[in-house]
Amino acid sequence: MTELCSVIRCGVICEADYTGSRIEHADVCGTGMKGGDMKYIIKKLTTTAATVLIVSFLVFLAFSVIPGDPALSRLGTQATPEALSALREEMGLNRPLIVRYGDWLISFVRGDMGESYSYHMPVQSMILEKIPITLTLTVMSFLMMALISVPLGIYCAKHRDQFADRFIYTLNQVIMAVPPFFMGLLITWLFGLIFRLFTPGGYISYTKSVSGFLYYLIFPAVAIALPKCAMTAKLLRTSLLDEMKKDYVRTAYSRGNHTNGVLYRHVLKNALIPVVTFMGMALGDMLAGSIIVEQVFKIPGLGRILLTSISNRDYPVVQAVIVLIAAWVIAINCLVDIIYKIVDPRIEE
Amino acid sequence: MKWLERSGIRAPKSPGSNETLRKSHPTALRLRQSTLCRTPRGLADRIVRAVMLLEVKNLNIEFHDHDRPERAVCGLNLRMEAGEIVGIVGESGSGKSMSALAIAGLLSRKDITKQGEILFEGKDILNCSRSELRKLQGDDIAMIFQEPETSLNPLKKVGWQVEEALRLHTDLTKEGRRARALEVLRKAELQDAEKVYDSYPHHLSGGMRQRVMIAAAMACRPKLLIADEPTTALDVTIQAQIVKLLKKIREEQHTAVLFISHDLSLIRQLCERVLVMQAGHLIEEGAVEEVFRSPGQEYTKKLIGAIPEIPAACETRGKFER
Repeated sequence: MTELCSVIRCGVICEADYTGSRIEHADVCGTGMKGGDMKYIIKKLTTTAATVLIVSFLVFLAFSVIPGDPALSRLGTQATPEALSALREEMGLNRPLIVRYGDWLISFVRGDMGESYSYHMPVQSMILEKIPITLTLTVMSFLMMALISVPLGIYCAKHRDQFADRFIYTLNQVIMAVPPFFMGLLITWLFGLIFRLFTPGGYISYTKSVSGFLYYLIFPAVAIALPKCAMTAKLLRTSLLDEMKKDYVRTAYSRGNHTNGVLYRHVLKNALIPVVTFMGMALGDMLAGSIIVEQVFKIPGLGRILLTSISNRDYPVVQAVIVLIAAWVIAINCLVDIIYKIVDPRIEE
Repeated sequence: MKWLERSGIRAPKSPGSNETLRKSHPTALRLRQSTLCRTPRGLADRIVRAVMLLEVKNLNIEFHDHDRPERAVCGLNLRMEAGEIVGIVGESGSGKSMSALAIAGLLSRKDITKQGEILFEGKDILNCSRSELRKLQGDDIAMIFQEPETSLNPLKKVGWQVEEALRLHTDLTKEGRRARALEVLRKAELQDAEKVYDSYPHHLSGGMRQRVMIAAAMACRPKLLIADEPTTALDVTIQAQIVKLLKKIREEQHTAVLFISHDLSLIRQLCERVLVMQAGHLIEEGAVEEVFRSPGQEYTKKLIGAIPEIPAACETRGKFER
């Protein structure tokens, strides 16, 4: 704890201001900067945790406000009022909301997410089995997006207004407009039915064969990645061209840099700042996207559980999945902020 | 003399031109009168090159971004000797910055056409290939700009940026580059050079950033430093300091400086010779004091008249600086 405190204090000291032509503060750039980074990261993590907490409370609140009685749905419509009230008492539904939330939160953090109403099994064992599938799909599509869009954006910026750039631009516009599930249908049709690269509706569990599992996830991942990829490439192209107009680029040229030197050593990092933000949002979005696309490709991931639980009013499952998705999105945002701090030294605090 | 002209070296033709040369290019005059002119062609050619660092011949720059082409610079002729300090003055839009950018080889937009010749040590840098130009940029020709706030890359440390020209043009090791960068930072009168070396541009004030720009420009000991309104964005005290610094650097390293400004008083403090430009044309040229004493053009008179004359205040300012 004392270490932590000294780190934080160090961060405060290092916020130097260079106003005159003499630098007043002792440690600005050496160890002080790292202290500032540490402080920043701790602050970000704290706000992230607080946000997750608030979101989880809102989700809990929403599920206690919406009509529908968990006890009734468990016992069915033929239940006697006595049995109902007994079950309510047993489930703790008569206690105040905030107490129930506290209980739920504590057991959630411990890993006990309650019991599914319809399957009568612990929610965590249902979800934990599916998380690897959906997460792999999300990460895979994110990697595809990053690996395709960044080179594509750079290529378009370098060859701006030439044929290739115009062609890619038009193609991008079209791809951007296609929603992932429809893209999934197209891919199933093209690669599944025409090229016969995979069996539509087929799936290999990761417990059986990891390579087969990954192979079957490639196609849904493409469906998720393509629209985001088009957006990222377009954003990067615009951002690069904007940066190329800036004064420091002229300075870089005046020192004898060639175009690639200017592009990769000076401009790219600056141009990536807005792109990183977008990629963070896209990564959050992709989890939601994969839930839908899983349906198209019949992949038994988190999406299938979520949809069946919603139609069965299986609230503990829905609640747990929603909190996990929210935590994922918030965590990604926190990561983006930390990456920001590393990339851009101008962000103080 | 005739063969000299045949070999492409333009000597002033008018009868009174010796007189003009005496004022503007004393070294060239000495060369002209020396016996060397009667020696074989190649030798004299080399010597003229060595003396004439920069020769701009009939430079025309046109924009084509509108329906009608717009002329930014019309038939500019300019000569600079090694180590000379020349000012170009003119209002905005007079083509002075365009000329500077052309000399630095930074006008590569597709909608701009350039005609004429820019000879740097006898080599035409206006019409040569980009790769040949790159060898000179940052090494022999360096440039500093009007906006110190935005002319440095915000995401790179100052040291890295000062070292860039060294990385591109020399084989120095990392330590060697660092040592040289610290040396030029100190030469640019930045206290705590080590700290500046490790900081980011946003840590520095405008004046400090311009000093960093000057340090970066001087890293490879260029023969020509082009300063495009380097003090316009700075306040008056810093302006005077920067001008003093440029003067000092020029004296220490014998770097020729092409100083572009709309402020005649700065040019008077710094330069030996001044060129006055208006609407893309060079309208007057001569030794600074001469131009100040008897301006030949109405426009120059107006420019001189535009300098605020507050002698008492100026003296006080001078005292503060010291």
